[in-house]
Amino acid sequence: MSETILSIRNLTANVDDTPILKGVNLEINAGEVHAIMGRNGSGKSTLSKIIAGHPDYEVTGGEIIYQGESILDKEPNERANSGIFLAFQYPLAIPGVSNLDFMRVAYNAKRKYQGLEEIDTFDFEDLIEEKLEVVKMNPSFLERSLNEGFSGGEKKRNEILQMALLDPTLTILDEIDSGLDIDALRIVSDGVNQLKTPEKGYLVITHYQRLLDYIEPDIIHVMKDGEIITSGGKELALELESRGYDFLDDKSTAGVGV
Amino acid sequence: MAVQIPFATISQVTESAVVEDIFLTGLLQQCQIDKNQPQWLRDVRQQANSWLSRLSVPTRKDEDWRFIDLSDLTQTKFVTSSVMRANGYSPLEKTENSRMVFVNGIYNTEFSNINGLPKEVYVGDLNNLPQEYDAKEYFAQCHGAQDVFTSLNTAGGNNVTVIWANKNTIVETPIHLVFITDGESESIFTQPRMLVVGETGSSISLLEEYTGVGEYFTNAVTEVYLKENARVNHTRLQEESKSSYHIGKTAISQERDSHYTINEINLGAKLFRHNPEVLQQGEQTESNLNGLTIAMEEQTSDTHSIVALTKPCGNTNQLHKCIVGDRAHTVFNGKVFVTKEAQMTDATQLNRNLMLSPKARVDTKPELQITADNVKCAHGATVSQLEADEIFYLRSRGLDENDANQLLIDAFAAEIIDRLPLESLQTKITETIKQKVSN
Repeated sequence: MSETILSIRNLTANVDDTPILKGVNLEINAGEVHAIMGRNGSGKSTLSKIIAGHPDYEVTGGEIIYQGESILDKEPNERANSGIFLAFQYPLAIPGVSNLDFMRVAYNAKRKYQGLEEIDTFDFEDLIEEKLEVVKMNPSFLERSLNEGFSGGEKKRNEILQMALLDPTLTILDEIDSGLDIDALRIVSDGVNQLKTPEKGYLVITHYQRLLDYIEPDIIHVMKDGEIITSGGKELALELESRGYDFLDDKSTAGVGV
Repeated sequence: MAVQIPFATISQVTESAVVEDIFLTGLLQQCQIDKNQPQWLRDVRQQANSWLSRLSVPTRKDEDWRFIDLSDLTQTKFVTSSVMRANGYSPLEKTENSRMVFVNGIYNTEFSNINGLPKEVYVGDLNNLPQEYDAKEYFAQCHGAQDVFTSLNTAGGNNVTVIWANKNTIVETPIHLVFITDGESESIFTQPRMLVVGETGSSISLLEEYTGVGEYFTNAVTEVYLKENARVNHTRLQEESKSSYHIGKTAISQERDSHYTINEINLGAKLFRHNPEVLQQGEQTESNLNGLTIAMEEQTSDTHSIVALTKPCGNTNQLHKCIVGDRAHTVFNGKVFVTKEAQMTDATQLNRNLMLSPKARVDTKPELQITADNVKCAHGATVSQLEADEIFYLRSRGLDENDANQLLIDAFAAEIIDRLPLESLQTKITETIKQKVSN
């Protein structure tokens, strides 16, 4: 049996005292790609932010175990440095912060956490040049302010570039497909697929089945109203695509396929 | 209705009664006037003296001073000094041969060196100015010369530094003036004074720097005259000590097709006030005013600017940014006047404030007065905090909270710092801000 990377047990969470997750269970093993689908407001993006440690959400019960350790008490930066990476649905643009400097600071934060020496500007530039190839990004993007004036596709490629650089153990892609045309979607998914290895775990959050043609999941979960209501194989995505999310309204319990 | 541009005027002064302001009189008595100065200069000083006798230190009842309190200043007794120590001044790269340093108001030959400047630009004391330059036409003749602190400087100031660029002279090396005050043993009063004249087609870069230790009061005045098609790139760096007071005036008079840019960086002083006042007197004139103020602890930092556009096709851009933390207080008032004759004006003004603490205070008052009917003018002000979502984004990439905050503060400041002329200066300021904000 392969190693468990992430284990979420009975997770409940509030935002501003309103329950938003109502008992989520999820287990991701090394080498597995899990997808979470669901309508807007079903709680799927919330789940990704909670795993990354967003301070706006209050965990009211349950556990998140990452590589055998509870991370609920850990700061977002500790989670990141220990190998959890969240690719944002809406990556923030920060004028005045150079993309290159930002990535160097992030990379060095991780090295420091691992007890390694920080690397200098020149070595870092060589390193990042290699990674640019993964998402076919023009080096000129590094000189610009972080995500400022980037198109939707460029922002998402920049997220995958960060993923390539930080080499996470658990990658969470939060609606990485939103706002992408088909070419950008292909570049982004190719990037993710190139980085895939059997030691790592992946959680892909999406509204549409389309993304799953490019990043193939092993298991698909459907979230509704703060819970995973059903899980299954690839055929579940196709069923959702053809019948819409409405057919789930009639289902009372989980258990298609698996 | 004609636009009233609120530069201090003679009539405002002469119509007032004679008052005896103890603080001003006390300061003036400290000032030793050089006996060797020419008659015209004595006359100018005498006139300023007579204005001063009718003026008093402004209070919160004066509209332009209502956000700040000068009572700590006026209750302190200051003396002028002949001490010339200058410990710990670390000179900036690239201005080794174009630098004049003043310590407690006195020219310091040891630290100064202007051998790197061409002879087509005069840099030196007014008393040594060669005959071919007519300083009388300019000195203390700028708009607003009648205002109280400017009058005090004119009446009592001793060293006037003249920077005069001849016709079509282009000097790329920044001309660097450093005013260091040491108020460790006594509360010192200094009155730096500069007269800058850019003749037709000339182009110079000017770096004015204030720094010091201990308690003191700097009352600085800089007059800048730009002839046709002249350019001045002006950096004003205020890094005064934590217990000092600094009041400064920069009066700029521009003829047609001239370009003036100021980047002011205000980091120090317990109480700081700067009044940049621009008068565009010719067509197609451009004035850019950029400012960055960082105020922490109990600092008060106030910039009150005036830009008056009086001829067609003028252009002005202003971006003033403030970072305010602890219990500090920043003030911005930017007045832009567009007179009836100033058609086709293009004016923008923006004040952005970043508040780092709930106890900090920001007062902002952008003002536009337009009489012309075919102009493009925009102004605005924003007040914000560090964005929680931005901090989370950075932390989700492994930065700890301090580093994330620092990166965002640096980014806010960078928009102004990037406009400074020397890379060594940009690095120095970025580093200073980092230390100031994280303390």
